Amino acid sequence: MAASGLVFIGFVLAHMYGNLKAFGGEESFNEYAEHLRTIGEPLLPESGLLWILRLGLIAALVVHVASAFALWKRASDARPVKYQVAKRRNSSLSSRTMRWGGLTILAFLVWHLLNFSIVKINPAGGETNNPYQLMVDTFDLWWMTLIYLVAMAALAMHLHHGTFSAMQTLGFTQTVAARSRARLAGWVVAVVVAGGFSLVPLFTLFGVIE
Amino acid sequence: MNLTLNIWRQANPTAAGAMHQYHVQDISEDMSFLEMLDVLNEQLNEQGEDPVAFDHDCREGICGSCDLMIDGQAHGPEVTTTCQLHMRSFKDGQEITIEPWRASAFPVIKDLIVDRSAFDRIIQAGGYVSVNTGAAPDAHATPVPQADALKAFNVATCIGCGACVAACPNGSASLFMGAKITHLGRLPQGQPERDERVVNMVAQHDHEGFGGCTNIGECTAACPKEIPLDVISQLNRDLRTAIRNGH
Repeated sequence: MAASGLVFIGFVLAHMYGNLKAFGGEESFNEYAEHLRTIGEPLLPESGLLWILRLGLIAALVVHVASAFALWKRASDARPVKYQVAKRRNSSLSSRTMRWGGLTILAFLVWHLLNFSIVKINPAGGETNNPYQLMVDTFDLWWMTLIYLVAMAALAMHLHHGTFSAMQTLGFTQTVAARSRARLAGWVVAVVVAGGFSLVPLFTLFGVIE
Repeated sequence: MNLTLNIWRQANPTAAGAMHQYHVQDISEDMSFLEMLDVLNEQLNEQGEDPVAFDHDCREGICGSCDLMIDGQAHGPEVTTTCQLHMRSFKDGQEITIEPWRASAFPVIKDLIVDRSAFDRIIQAGGYVSVNTGAAPDAHATPVPQADALKAFNVATCIGCGACVAACPNGSASLFMGAKITHLGRLPQGQPERDERVVNMVAQHDHEGFGGCTNIGECTAACPKEIPLDVISQLNRDLRTAIRNGH
């Protein structure tokens, strides 16, 4: 759970950074998208590095989801009779919504890949082979931007607990100070990643990126 | 104080249980929670009813027997054991729900009493030092840094009450295991068996049917001895070291 989660933290940070190229305009954004496919050439074939990263991410996803369901099953087996009254006094909302929040992100991921990668669905009906135009057309629709923002809220919560939890599971939080640093890291990663991702849809919707 | 109590009644391990409502009158706020239950049981005895079975022993907050889930909180609203919880923490006319610890590894024996021998088996799997480490004067022969001694002592205060499991949304006993692993792992006497201890205790923990830890943190808030969450981090680190060492 922790190791595969750290892979995703690295991925979303890099992905978020790449998306900010949208502020540089159509050329900068499309050039970046093209560059991703030509890194490592001529040593690697076209999209070579991209496929290595994709396979790594798919492997991490399988491990992450399988571990999550294993933990979920263990938890429900460990408490077959529920409490009539249950009070929470020391847990963040994000820590208690990791499972359903994770499924939300997974469902979003399916749409996101259909939208921008595997099928390239343009919900506005425009062209699909220009990454920048596809992005602008998508986020010009207020409800598309809303879906993306809701997904980023779910991602922020997932990262908020996930970052701390990974540090704890890997045994890096042996002192009170280390534990508060890990909690702070959770906040920073959540705000930077989800905030950074949200900038592009918001600025597109309000016409800054067009 | 007059109180309404909703209490889980279950005649034996296989019987189906249910919540029953009782009323108690003239409870003093200086009574402990268990004394309030004693009043209820005297009342039930007079009426010829079966008294409510609940676990208790020292009534001094050090044995860890008095495990009750009170209004959804292990040992009730204060950070202490149920025996040290007083009725001044409640209001006159309040309705209080009392349930046993809920975990498949802690089966209900009767009413509010659960079988916590799974904890004993986890300790038997590795929570010990096998050799005789001497009598009190021999302690001077093995210097222990004060910070380590203090940390070991602080987590050795675990009384094995099971509140961590009861409060954990995953039903995990990681705080209990982590306390013992940190306690022995901080001391020189605990080093030779350190790797096999963590591996065997975790294997027994999983075998007993406790859940996996997702670092939610409810355990540490429920712990009457305030064992901190970093013992779970220590448990994970020891397990990682042990696996690296080929266990």
